[in-house]
Amino acid sequence: MISDYAWLIPALPAVSALVIMLFGKRFPKHGAEVGIAAVAAAALLAIVTAIEVFGANVAAVAAVEHGDHAARSFLNERALNLTPIGGGFGIEAGIRIDGLAAMMFLLVTFVSLMVQVYSTGYMHGDPRYTYFFMLLSLFTFSMLLLVIGNNLFMVLVGWELVGVCSYLLIGFWWEEKQNSDAAIKAFLTTKFGDIGLVVGIVTLWGMFRTFNIGEIISSVEAGTQAGGAPLETGLLTFALLTLFLGAVGKSAQFPLHTWLPDAMAGPTPVSALIHAATMVTAGIFLIARLYPVFQASPTAMAVIAVIGSITLLMAGLLALVQDDVKRVLAYSTVSQLGYMIAALSFSYTAGIFHLFTHGFFKALLFLGSGSLIHAVHSNNMSDMGGLRKPMPVTFWTFVIGSVALAAIPPFAGFWSKDEVLAGALGGGGYTGNLLLVLGGVGGMITAFYMTRALYLVFAGEYRGHGHPHESPAAMRWPLVVLAVPAALIGFINLPFEFAHPTGFAAWTMFDIEYFEGHPAEFVVWLAGLSTALALLGFVAGRALYRTSPSLAKDPMLNMGPLTMVLENRYYLDNLYTDLIVRTVVRTKLANAAYWLNDHVIDRIVFLAGVGANRLGKATYDYADQKGIDGAVNGLGVSANWSGGLIKFAQSGNVQFYAGALFVGVFVFALLFAVA
Amino acid sequence: MQAVYPLTFAALLFCVGVYGVLARRNAVLVLMSVELMLSAVTINLVTFGQIAGDAVLTGQAFALFVLAIGAAEVGVGLGIILLLYRNRATVNIDDADLMKY
Repeated sequence: MISDYAWLIPALPAVSALVIMLFGKRFPKHGAEVGIAAVAAAALLAIVTAIEVFGANVAAVAAVEHGDHAARSFLNERALNLTPIGGGFGIEAGIRIDGLAAMMFLLVTFVSLMVQVYSTGYMHGDPRYTYFFMLLSLFTFSMLLLVIGNNLFMVLVGWELVGVCSYLLIGFWWEEKQNSDAAIKAFLTTKFGDIGLVVGIVTLWGMFRTFNIGEIISSVEAGTQAGGAPLETGLLTFALLTLFLGAVGKSAQFPLHTWLPDAMAGPTPVSALIHAATMVTAGIFLIARLYPVFQASPTAMAVIAVIGSITLLMAGLLALVQDDVKRVLAYSTVSQLGYMIAALSFSYTAGIFHLFTHGFFKALLFLGSGSLIHAVHSNNMSDMGGLRKPMPVTFWTFVIGSVALAAIPPFAGFWSKDEVLAGALGGGGYTGNLLLVLGGVGGMITAFYMTRALYLVFAGEYRGHGHPHESPAAMRWPLVVLAVPAALIGFINLPFEFAHPTGFAAWTMFDIEYFEGHPAEFVVWLAGLSTALALLGFVAGRALYRTSPSLAKDPMLNMGPLTMVLENRYYLDNLYTDLIVRTVVRTKLANAAYWLNDHVIDRIVFLAGVGANRLGKATYDYADQKGIDGAVNGLGVSANWSGGLIKFAQSGNVQFYAGALFVGVFVFALLFAVA
Repeated sequence: MQAVYPLTFAALLFCVGVYGVLARRNAVLVLMSVELMLSAVTINLVTFGQIAGDAVLTGQAFALFVLAIGAAEVGVGLGIILLLYRNRATVNIDDADLMKY
């Protein structure tokens, strides 16, 4: 099976990261070609793997429909047992290839390939060009490691590695303090969520005595814990909520979303790859990975739905007042991540399908914004305007990305967002209705802020400096290539009965019973309503921004107190920095921590150091010098001394030797005679 | 028993040889004393050969071998002594102590 070799998919970028790190600057293209070649090979392998996995899943669905109920969804799990170095924790290095992993391979390797090609143009001439490509390879490896792992421990390792890569890339231009501050903020905020992830993983280990995802899932499905005890639902809910805290941090959900807009301080290709298409979806991936476990806890699912719904609306509103084009996209990303998270509460397929389509069109939009920034040397839309004529490729691809994001049929975002809303409608209950209402309003807001961005950037008169020009070919081609899936990828999951058994839902199913239990449904009034809302947003945006007004006349920035609340991001950042960090952490907590550090921890460390020093000295003096050296010297001295004694036998006098000979013979003769 | 005479003679001759080897300082005389000891052994071989009276005269035959080996040994020994003399201008055996510790 080809999927046996799927471990090569993360291994290739890992090797390329190493090669670029060691020899990157010696290559003619300074390491870029190594990264691109490795990720291109990984992408090919991902395609071949996906064909095998998706084909097997479709075949399984067909078999079930022909009455063969033994058919199962595709799963290829194999592992190296690392018990000798892992202690008694059952740590493995394994791969778990199923539809979800195959889909993530496709997305990550394809977007990474596009972004790396794009970066050869965007980062051209940067003093840390080679380092940049090393980090991109390292990130790709880490993300794929997260995806491929068959146990939560590997997921955690990949999770932290992508966090580190994100930190390094946000602060890539660390000469400006603002950038390194953003990197630290991103790192610490996601780390806060990661504490939850670790607690969740440890709790799950405590319940099931394993990190293996498959074993945890089958345990939960059987309703048992380690040792056959019945499942403690309360503890499971606790574990899942702490896991979800990790997802909240990584996937920028309310209230830990504040780091993602600041993360736009990194180079734009990084924003496209890490902070739009792949890393931020790790939280959604985690929930999808453990979906059967989450299904066992309705409480956790309800929390997920509520948090996701709040996030999608809140972030959508924030996108309205942004001037920085990347920040518009960043808040839009947070909003779409909210859709995915909330969707998972009702429908597995909807969540990951939106993840998949969003990865393409949001990467496209970010790369397009990078192309704009490259042309006008500013992030601000107030410095743009009138760019349609000088930058036609960027314009058209940006439009395709925008309509895909705004969920206008038949572009990709329409199909996935419709799936989300249909899932919420089917799920029902107060959480379902919440998502339905907020998701519908959010869709209108999405269309509105994308229309606003389009008009501010491309319509009217150019307000910046210099003469903008279209970007080089290395940057144009990735835009064109990404525009294809952004427009068309929605057709792989048409919500109709005839397409269902051979579409995306079948490809990526984790369980055939779940698949059969969730047939395709196309709710005409819902799709019509969401399209109408999106069009309403578009019309409103067009009415207000057709003339591409300057910053001072922007209606969104002239709404009095409402603008103020939005511009200050609901004062959440102030809450974190002023109230929590400054008053609590920095004064009381910091002092207490300092005292503890100074008086307890340092003292212990100091005493341990002194003790170690003393012990070492004693060992040196007594054991080494006196014991071992003494024994060695003693052997030498005694050999010398005994040699000095018996050397007198060697007199050199022949007659002495002869005499000794005779005496010896005489003695022996005597002995023989006696015997 | 007539054999007692040659055996006694051989024993005396051997003792003279031993004395010569241990007491003489002149290397040539030491070598000659070794030859005396060899001669004593040869006489013993012939005597015991006669006593045993075997048909192929094993003792007498070995006496001939010993004579031949003795001649070779004297050749080598005199050669060593000659070189010693050339290098040290003396044949005093006490002076040849190169092997001393």
